[in-house]
Amino acid sequence: MSLSIFARGVLVTADKNAKIYYKKPPVIIFGLLFPLFMFISFYLGRKIDLATFFPGFLGMTLFFTASSVGPLITPWEKMAGTYERLLSYPVTVGTIIMGDALAGLIFGCALSTIVLAAGLIFLNTAVVNVALGVVAMLLGGACFSTLGVLLASSSSRTPSNVMMLSSLVRFPLIFVSGVFVPLQELEGTVLAVSYVSPLTYLVDLFNACMNGNSVLPLWLDLLALLLFTCVFLIVANQLHKKNLARGL
Amino acid sequence: MSDDKDALRASNLMKTFGSIIAVDDISFSVGKGEIFGFLGPNGAGKTTTVRMLTGILRPDRGNISIGGIDMEKEPIQAKMGIGVVPEVGNVYVDLTAGQNLSLTGRYYGLPKNIIEIKTEDILTRLGLYDRRNDLVRTFSKGMKQRISIACAIINDPHFLFLDEPTEGLDVQSKRLIVNTIYGMNKKGCTIFLTTHNIEDASKLCQRVCIINKGKIVAIDRPEKLKSTFDKTQSIDVSFDHKVDAAMLAHGSISKVEVLGDNLRLFTNNPDGTIKYVAAWAQENCVQITSLTTGGPSLEEAFVQLTGDGK
Repeated sequence: MSLSIFARGVLVTADKNAKIYYKKPPVIIFGLLFPLFMFISFYLGRKIDLATFFPGFLGMTLFFTASSVGPLITPWEKMAGTYERLLSYPVTVGTIIMGDALAGLIFGCALSTIVLAAGLIFLNTAVVNVALGVVAMLLGGACFSTLGVLLASSSSRTPSNVMMLSSLVRFPLIFVSGVFVPLQELEGTVLAVSYVSPLTYLVDLFNACMNGNSVLPLWLDLLALLLFTCVFLIVANQLHKKNLARGL
Repeated sequence: MSDDKDALRASNLMKTFGSIIAVDDISFSVGKGEIFGFLGPNGAGKTTTVRMLTGILRPDRGNISIGGIDMEKEPIQAKMGIGVVPEVGNVYVDLTAGQNLSLTGRYYGLPKNIIEIKTEDILTRLGLYDRRNDLVRTFSKGMKQRISIACAIINDPHFLFLDEPTEGLDVQSKRLIVNTIYGMNKKGCTIFLTTHNIEDASKLCQRVCIINKGKIVAIDRPEKLKSTFDKTQSIDVSFDHKVDAAMLAHGSISKVEVLGDNLRLFTNNPDGTIKYVAAWAQENCVQITSLTTGGPSLEEAFVQLTGDGK
């Protein structure tokens, strides 16, 4: 398959997903309302410096938004009977997965940019390294959107089941990723577990961009996010192919 | 390599799901410009076969070539020349009719202006141009199926696969879809029609293939299959008032079925039966309001080939 045909398939799929799935209630609930409620629960009313915790909140927002679109698409398409039609078009499973991931990436980055803008205006935060911020945002978005696509690879054709499964995976990650407790304050087992979460590396990168300090070397943060993205994508591709016929 | 006369060639296709053999080593070919019917009872392997032919599922074994292009080696190239109306191939109900066609056209790489021209042309032909900006979720089942057909033909396919395209539709939608199939075929498009509707297959198809339990049990012209498998003819008769089927018992009539206000008499001797019915009507002061003879049916052939696992 030529690169142009592949790129066309990815872009058309992402456009289709944006038109159909961005407005679906599960995406709004799990992608927008959840991080908002988390923010209200943990940050508001407490005597903490919001600017200090803003990189963590921004990371959490990107995590929730970018990973909320992917889990919905395949089960929804199987349930609605459109997945078979999609597969009959001149596309491969890989093309569809990349299109789903791109839709999640755009959704996550767009909403996180709005949150970032609000933080810059109202919390008096600043981005000291813009280039790194852009790279971190895109890489983090790609990582979490591919995680979303991976979560959709179960054979279920019931979107609510997949969304619940995705919450089961996503929620524990935010508690061990330096969002609510700074990474430098974590120790022992919790610190070891935090390195299993891709969100840890993004929060560390955002800290470097805004507060100028990071716990891990920047190259390690970037490499970890890249590796997580590749692993999620490869495993998602394999599982989607394996479960393709189930629920058609 | 496929023969030049073949639009599709399937060789030794095999597909299993766990321990279940869905398709068991089937081979057949479809000629260019042919309307080919694919029939079988539920669970016979029809849909699995179509999914393999259209590149949705990979066969465990065997080869498929469409227009000489190997589906396994070049799936994208092979898919570019086909249109598919899947069995459960719903269109996107959250998009408008026009958006559905535009989406499909873009997947096939059609330029925007061509998509617009084709959308107008196809939706006009299918009686939906006025509804092009309406969300498909507001459409009836027949209208949704017309959009499904429209999506399948926007790329001017050389080969059109239709899986139960007229199942459960209103008369108007059914007629529009059948006319579209004929129209595409006249333009040289090869049609692969999967259906439960034996009457449709008998009327539309030049050849039919009957599959049962994953194996092909017959491929031939409908008329040939009918004459091979059923020597019995039928006579449909109706009277000016209700007649008890039992009253028509006669040596030349093997079976009587009640079809609405008609009685269908099965016989090996149509001449003798017609004369008997006419005499019986005169004797009992009953008027015959209609009387038609029918040849052996494809349905009988189908039942004999697929019934009770024989």
